[in-house]
Amino acid sequence: MSSYDLIVIGSGPGGYVAAIRASQLGMKTAIVERESLGGICLNWGCIPTKALLRSAEVLHLAKHAKSFGLKIENPSFDLDAVVKRSRGVASQLSNGVKFLMKKNKIDVIEGSARLEKGAPAPKVIVRGKDGKDTPYTAKHVMLATGARARDIPQAGLVADGKLIWTYREAMTPDAMPKRLLVVGSGAIGIEFASFYNELGAEVTVVEVMDRILPVEDAEISAFAEKDFKKQGLNILTGAKVENVKAGKNVVTADITTNDGKKETKEFDRAILAVGIVGNVENLGLEALGVKIDKTHVTVDGFGRTGVPGLYAIGDLTGPPWLAHKASHEGVTCVEGIAGKNHAEPFDASNIPGCTYSHPQVASVGLTEAAAKAKGFDIKVGRFPFIGNGKAIALGAENGLVKTIFDKKTGELLGAHMIGAEVTELIQGYVIARQGELTEADILHTVFAHPTLSETMHEAVLDAEGRALHI
Amino acid sequence: MPINITMPALSPTMEEGTLAKWLVKEGDTVKSGMIIAEIETDKATMEVEAVDEGKVGKIMVPAGTEGVKVNAVIAVLLEEGESVGDVKAPIVAPLKVEAVPAPKPVAPVSNPTFNPVTPAKAGAQSSVAVLDPGFRRDDRIVGERIIASPLAKRIAFNKGIDLKALKGSGPHGRIIRRDVESARPGAAQPAQGGAPMMADGLILPQILDDRVYAPDTYELKPLDGMRKTVARRLTQSFMQVPHFPLNIDITLDNLLESRAAINAAAPKDVKISVNDLLIKAAALALIDESDCNASYTDKGIAYHKHANISVAVAVEGGLITPVIFKAEGKGLAEISEEMKDLATRARERRLKPQEYMGGTFSISNLGMFGIKSFASIINPPEGMILSVGAGEKRAVVDETGAIVARTVMSVTLTCDHRVIGGAEGAKWLAAFKRYVETPEAMLL
Repeated sequence: MSSYDLIVIGSGPGGYVAAIRASQLGMKTAIVERESLGGICLNWGCIPTKALLRSAEVLHLAKHAKSFGLKIENPSFDLDAVVKRSRGVASQLSNGVKFLMKKNKIDVIEGSARLEKGAPAPKVIVRGKDGKDTPYTAKHVMLATGARARDIPQAGLVADGKLIWTYREAMTPDAMPKRLLVVGSGAIGIEFASFYNELGAEVTVVEVMDRILPVEDAEISAFAEKDFKKQGLNILTGAKVENVKAGKNVVTADITTNDGKKETKEFDRAILAVGIVGNVENLGLEALGVKIDKTHVTVDGFGRTGVPGLYAIGDLTGPPWLAHKASHEGVTCVEGIAGKNHAEPFDASNIPGCTYSHPQVASVGLTEAAAKAKGFDIKVGRFPFIGNGKAIALGAENGLVKTIFDKKTGELLGAHMIGAEVTELIQGYVIARQGELTEADILHTVFAHPTLSETMHEAVLDAEGRALHI
Repeated sequence: MPINITMPALSPTMEEGTLAKWLVKEGDTVKSGMIIAEIETDKATMEVEAVDEGKVGKIMVPAGTEGVKVNAVIAVLLEEGESVGDVKAPIVAPLKVEAVPAPKPVAPVSNPTFNPVTPAKAGAQSSVAVLDPGFRRDDRIVGERIIASPLAKRIAFNKGIDLKALKGSGPHGRIIRRDVESARPGAAQPAQGGAPMMADGLILPQILDDRVYAPDTYELKPLDGMRKTVARRLTQSFMQVPHFPLNIDITLDNLLESRAAINAAAPKDVKISVNDLLIKAAALALIDESDCNASYTDKGIAYHKHANISVAVAVEGGLITPVIFKAEGKGLAEISEEMKDLATRARERRLKPQEYMGGTFSISNLGMFGIKSFASIINPPEGMILSVGAGEKRAVVDETGAIVARTVMSVTLTCDHRVIGGAEGAKWLAAFKRYVETPEAMLL
């Protein structure tokens, strides 16, 4: 039985980053993983999907080669090779995490963990692949077990892993579906819809809310919907899906559209992307008295659960379910444990959100509606990509940047973007918010020409009625 | 379009002022040149003259409001055919109001088409405000670096919080939003305590503890602009300037004789005072000992080319120092006449800022109160101040060893040791003494 300063349960981007930070601070650290190092993000989420979407993007460009003056005859794809590339990227990064653990002298314990009462922190029992239990003790234990796709059995929304997929099967398709149903239009649903649409599937996206990408600013949602429809996506908002059933080779689903008409439709495959549930089961949390609210562990700004020595971070603790949120929470939690002088509690208000569809969507802070609802007196700036030289040169003139400022203080309350590479651009606004810059500071900043980032400058200028290129 | 009337900057250092009195009311018609309001600044009450014609549509800042920021809209004029309904949210517009009479060297530029932005020099604040409405910064922050986020600065400016008094909780002690949001407006304003509250806590808030001095045992008179300025400047001077005093006795008999002769020969309305003669003597001594006509600055020592003599005048509720500019070149009659005019207007608080700013040396005279000797506090950025005691008959041992009665006064010269050494100060006193004891030398 070994004794550690910190045991982290789960090696996703929250857990493994926390482990590295702990090791940097001199803690003797172990990490428990039941599958592959890197968790969902590296193996079944962020990274492999980006590899798939890159293939789709290259295909898109190849199809439009003519508009760039290039000749590419009948561009097509090999689905197996596309998936193989995606898996290769994932395994390369998982190996990278293995290397990082070794470099930071972090013990990797393979198996499934559960907790038992103990002091100063709960005891960690790990059941290895051989079925044998090994107990470990530590001064601090951090839960970073993540989350998984949600089923809604009451509505007949249950994945079977064959014809009715979650993200997991959707990124390793056995065959290319001709007709695809995507239930849910959050980032995950929209990314897969965008990918399969580009590869030639007839994709139907059903969203129960009145617009797609419901967490984004309404103007961006509308912009995205218009663009996706132009690309051939079938989008049904304010619509309900029930009774998704797998037949022998087809999936049937009852779809009620926003005009109240109910119809049973047939698809080759369906992807369920209707939300996330935290992985709170089989950990022994109930016996320890850990507070759980709707599958998520309740924590404070430093990840403390209220049970001495037990912490939780990442998807397990609730939205936004994002890798970078988990990593940051993990670091915050470890620094709190180490008693670093300048440890800052986790602040959820400045986390960028990105969707890697075509076009990309990125945002940070409050939407216009949320800012108004909070009572801010706001000024709004907008700038379309069509006014940006670099966007036109790239053949990517479809896009929009929107900024929202507090009139009184000049604070950047929110920024919302759609278009090429906006997921890379958003960080500029995130830094501006973190550094508490005002509109004046951004106005006085020089942006390189020609870059897409100039649209970010113009969107701030426009909030002052001073946009130059429109 | 309705015309905004904004708070004018009456002096280069003015940040805010008290809107003392409105001389017009809503609905009144004003003509260009009409006096419409009175503004109390650091040290004086000034009149505000209308530049445009129109009807007073709305008075935005009521009379008696303290701390009105320069360029804030104080009233809106309506042109023909407009109604109060046309008045939108106040916009900071090019300055439409001038002080009467306009301070010459530093007048707020009233140029409706173009306001060049110059580096944060005195007076430049108005141009910046015109170009970037709403972005006007707390000018105290320009020039000296306070580590604070831009948002924190803006919130502090809006709430009237002095950042210098705050401790930052951000990275490397940076003042961030939460530090400002948790601070109470005005809690640490320098004006409240009369002295700036230093971040290091050296100057503590000046308060009377209710447990020791029950509030009903005294009458609290609010600080006016002059009191605040005097308190701030003298505290700064006494704490920042390494000062030392030099004493000397000066025989006045010759000077008194000369004065009598001059006044006898002068036209009827001219009457030279001892003080006038001392001003002239001090100015000439400053030109002779030019090392002493100096100001300490962080960039270097500024040697002034003229002797601008500030003369301390006690007024009700404070103290003010009108300046006799270039006194070395002025005749006694001219000095006398100017001094009389300045002192009269000082007591009425009608001095223009440029009449009490820009001195290079001060004289304070308490002789008329029978004070024998005292040491004044330096009036920064001047390098020296002369404290003049009473002229009195004293028993003096003369050159032959006999005890004789002479009229003698004691003077004390307080020097800023950063610019003036003991030897320089002594040399200046010697020169001053020579002019006073042999007044004929002043004629040379």
